[in-house]
Amino acid sequence: MAKMNLLQAINSALDLAMAKHDNVYSFGEDTGGFGGVFRATSGLTEKYGKHRNFNTPLVEQGIIGFANGLASQGSYAVAEIQFGDYIFPAFDQIVNESAKFRYRSGNEFDVGGLTIRTPYGGGIAGGHYHSQSPEAYFAHTPGMKIVTPRNPYEAKGLLLSAIFDKNPVLFMEPKRLYRASTGEVPEEEYTIPLGKADVVKEGTDITVLGWGAQMEVTEKAVEKAEQDGVSCEVIDLRTILPWDVETVTQSVLKTGRLVISQEAPITGGFASEIAATVQDKCFLYLESPIARVSGIDVPYPLCHEKEYMADHLKIYEAIKRSMNY
Amino acid sequence: MAKDKKHNTEIVTKPQWFDGESVTIPMLQILKEDGSFHKNADMPEYDKDLIVKIHDTMQFIRTLDERMIAAQRQGRISFYLASRGEEAESVASAAALDDGDMIMGQYREQGALAYRGFTVEQFMNQLFSNEKDLGKGRQMPVHYGCADLNFMTISSPLGTQIPQATGYAFGQKMDKTGKCTICYFGEGAASEGDFHAALNMASVYKVPVIFFCRNNGYAISTPSQGEQYGGDGIAPRGIGYGMKTIRIDGNDVFAVLKATQEARRLAVEENEPVLIEAMSYRMSGHSTSDDPTGYRTREEEDDWKVKDPLDRLQKWMMNEGWLDKDHVEEHHAEVKAKVLAALKEAEKVPAPHIDELINDVYDEPTPLLKEQLEELKEHIRKYPDAYPKTSGRID
Repeated sequence: MAKMNLLQAINSALDLAMAKHDNVYSFGEDTGGFGGVFRATSGLTEKYGKHRNFNTPLVEQGIIGFANGLASQGSYAVAEIQFGDYIFPAFDQIVNESAKFRYRSGNEFDVGGLTIRTPYGGGIAGGHYHSQSPEAYFAHTPGMKIVTPRNPYEAKGLLLSAIFDKNPVLFMEPKRLYRASTGEVPEEEYTIPLGKADVVKEGTDITVLGWGAQMEVTEKAVEKAEQDGVSCEVIDLRTILPWDVETVTQSVLKTGRLVISQEAPITGGFASEIAATVQDKCFLYLESPIARVSGIDVPYPLCHEKEYMADHLKIYEAIKRSMNY
Repeated sequence: MAKDKKHNTEIVTKPQWFDGESVTIPMLQILKEDGSFHKNADMPEYDKDLIVKIHDTMQFIRTLDERMIAAQRQGRISFYLASRGEEAESVASAAALDDGDMIMGQYREQGALAYRGFTVEQFMNQLFSNEKDLGKGRQMPVHYGCADLNFMTISSPLGTQIPQATGYAFGQKMDKTGKCTICYFGEGAASEGDFHAALNMASVYKVPVIFFCRNNGYAISTPSQGEQYGGDGIAPRGIGYGMKTIRIDGNDVFAVLKATQEARRLAVEENEPVLIEAMSYRMSGHSTSDDPTGYRTREEEDDWKVKDPLDRLQKWMMNEGWLDKDHVEEHHAEVKAKVLAALKEAEKVPAPHIDELINDVYDEPTPLLKEQLEELKEHIRKYPDAYPKTSGRID
């Protein structure tokens, strides 16, 4: 075990993956010798050479197109998109190509070796274009897996699973926690299964669900609610697509209440999808309406970032409203 | 002259402007329209067997295209895309490659696939979306793919295969396979961002890829000159990206063969990406959903008929004594009979089982997908008449 922050955990996962197989490649804008703007890939060029960890020209659609081709050839392509906000030029390559590669070919070809790493989310004074949480756009795309970790331990185990998973994975890294989140992380290889939510804390009165950076604020809100005597069950979804319906519904069948929080705007967000499914499967067990605590429907703001964010106080209020319904 | 070392460029003291006229790119032609060779032309490597195989494949594809357009008109298949007039491009370029090289096509390269050995039955199964189709009936006709023949499954969005070819070739280079990737696309697709990304990245990484642009004059109805591009076609873009580039007569089997043989050598032996711009003409409509009389003249089409790649090759082969009229007619009749027999057979093969609907979305169907399939099957059982394709064998 070693103390690592979330970036170091990601770097450690990449390092182990590249050591394990010669055909694991890591690339993106500035990710070569410089190690990326957040330093997630630092040291990898020195260790594995400039043909295994390298810079790309500044063209996101090219990065993912190249990565799709490399993965279809049988290699492991780990592509970094510098910010989630800049992933959209590659939308076609992800939605029409990565996601459909296996299906459209009848399994003649696949891009299972593809992993797209990208930092997402706000709280870093990044304004419109360094703060977005674009998971919902991609969650509407059968064929993709979408994963987001909440802390360094989770980041390393989930990223190693993502890299070697037989399907293309969009791995969204909560950049606000890159250095803020630290913890004990095994130095050796380990994996955390994709598609499996994590019951972080068991409880009986209400289920509080989130993913990625929202888990930190969720835990803060829950601490406050528990002081009021509310027993909260906390779930980290971990994998947004395909999501773990079973774990979430089992929890709600037990507690009868659900609060979901996300950073993204509320309309069309993934919390809405969860709410729809849970009401379908748990209708007669619900004690109160399912609550979504999220950003509001504006482009991600700069000067009103604090007001915009789905913070612990908003989640705490939602828990109280649900309990008192 | 002084030199700016940082940018590796000469310094001048008077403005010097460059434009499309600064570089003029000629077109390689070996076989003239009259079916004779230019004198002193550099010849590709070829022998009789190779040329006969190229010819027979071109004739096969032309006959297949004719029959399938007819089948579409009769309502037997939903859609078709012919390659009439462009057979030399796909067939002769495939003939210059190793069978282990990867082919990434756009959708008008059935000639390359036939050259690799895709059977008439395999063509039919894809066109009829039946359960023997390698693609499991999931894509529109002509979206072929075959891992055994190293022919990447076709995708409709234009240009997406171009950066993928760069990535695929990168993997081939790193794995020291000694193989390359050829990537076909039209001059219209070369306007897509993916084209520019792909060429730039291939030039940066020095990968064994051959970008083969079929400049066939039209992107559906939009003419290339003046409406698709303002410059001198696609070739100058290769130079802009620092890439070995050549323009060839795409209706000349020998020019296509020569250029692709050299391109493969550059790609595999020197890791040089190459751009080939082949000049041709789409003799048929874009697809069976298109009517070219709405945007081009009969005279224009007639001008190109005399340049037809198959006629031109046949003239030369007959002069050479490598082909006679009887072979042409017999082969045509034989292919036609084979196509019709395979068509009738493929029509009878059922659609893939409904269970295939959820396979291959992921390597394994997810619990949610299994649940959705069960719900769907329950519904089909309730209204079997509404879903005749699958209700007969749902359990």
